[in-house]
Amino acid sequence: MNTSAPAPAHHLAQLNIATLRAPLDDPSMKDFTDALDPINALADASPGFVWRFIEDGEKDATNLRPFGEDLLLNFSVWEGVDALWNFAYRTEHLDFLRRRREWFEHMREAYMVLWWIPSGTIPTVEEAKRRLDLLRANGPTPEAFDLRTPFPAPTHHDQHA
Amino acid sequence: MDHASIDAARALADPVRRRLYEYVAAAEGDVGRGEAADALGLQRTLAAHHLDRLVDAGLLEVTRRKVSGREGPGSGRPAKLYRRSGRELSLHLPPRDYELAARVLAEAVDRYGAEDALHAAARAEGERVGAGSGDIPLPEFLRDRGYEPEDAEDGLRLRNCPFHSLAREFPPLACGLNLELLRGALEARGEDGERARMAPAPGRCCVVVSKNNED
Repeated sequence: MNTSAPAPAHHLAQLNIATLRAPLDDPSMKDFTDALDPINALADASPGFVWRFIEDGEKDATNLRPFGEDLLLNFSVWEGVDALWNFAYRTEHLDFLRRRREWFEHMREAYMVLWWIPSGTIPTVEEAKRRLDLLRANGPTPEAFDLRTPFPAPTHHDQHA
Repeated sequence: MDHASIDAARALADPVRRRLYEYVAAAEGDVGRGEAADALGLQRTLAAHHLDRLVDAGLLEVTRRKVSGREGPGSGRPAKLYRRSGRELSLHLPPRDYELAARVLAEAVDRYGAEDALHAAARAEGERVGAGSGDIPLPEFLRDRGYEPEDAEDGLRLRNCPFHSLAREFPPLACGLNLELLRGALEARGEDGERARMAPAPGRCCVVVSKNNED
């Protein structure tokens, strides 16, 4: 066995959905849409970023609405919780989270879910939806959790238990 | 009763130790015994004794680093360096738990989507805090409120977040509260509230106060 700094066996998948207050081309959405490219570029360059969901041939996923006409989704994979936390909360991205009420409706249910995936794999939108439903039904569990209540990645032992 | 907090408070009752603690807490990087002793005009062994007492009390923590970059046998023992502990100590008598109350209130704001009300309340509180403080220089005003300001190219950076625990758990809420609080305070001092802006980075408060011509 090679024990010198093995690649992590798991990566962290993240889904976050938001209900638009107005269509993306509405003037009220300008600050948000203007920030899409720079913030996506910031994510792509962040330590621990692995993958994000985009439309074929496009720069982002804003035209894809698998969960409903008004529902934007942000779907990505990170090396771990810290990598995602540091991007979400310790970069310019934080200011857009602070202002999210300007562009998105309040959602009574959980709108963000995290779960562990085998590294090297890419989760599907259907799987992401299933994880969000799990979080909404059961609260945070190792199968579906959030940044306030993170769970550690499964260990080798867990997988074969 | 929280014995660790009482022990920490007792450790700071010694004036030499208190000066050492304040020196290390305000330092940019980790502090060695010799540096602390020289800065405060103390004998090195006395400084070392008090620094280690502050470590025992949980107020400082120790890191070891080879200062010269030498490696391997014969390169000497790594220097003992001190920094402020990440542990939070608070002493409330009679016992109080404002942090728990803050967490519950933040959760309620989050669940209800009441960010606008939170921001408005924070700005109003900032105006109260800042009212009548226009004669106090801004860095001193911020220092008195626990922000530990330091000059940087982009303005006054705040090395300490007074709402650290809450900001770890509810970053957009706590940082939004903090930003509005500071904007309200600046305005009440007769300054431009927009000088306070979000500039999050690891290891410091999320807000930076831009320079104006007088600073």
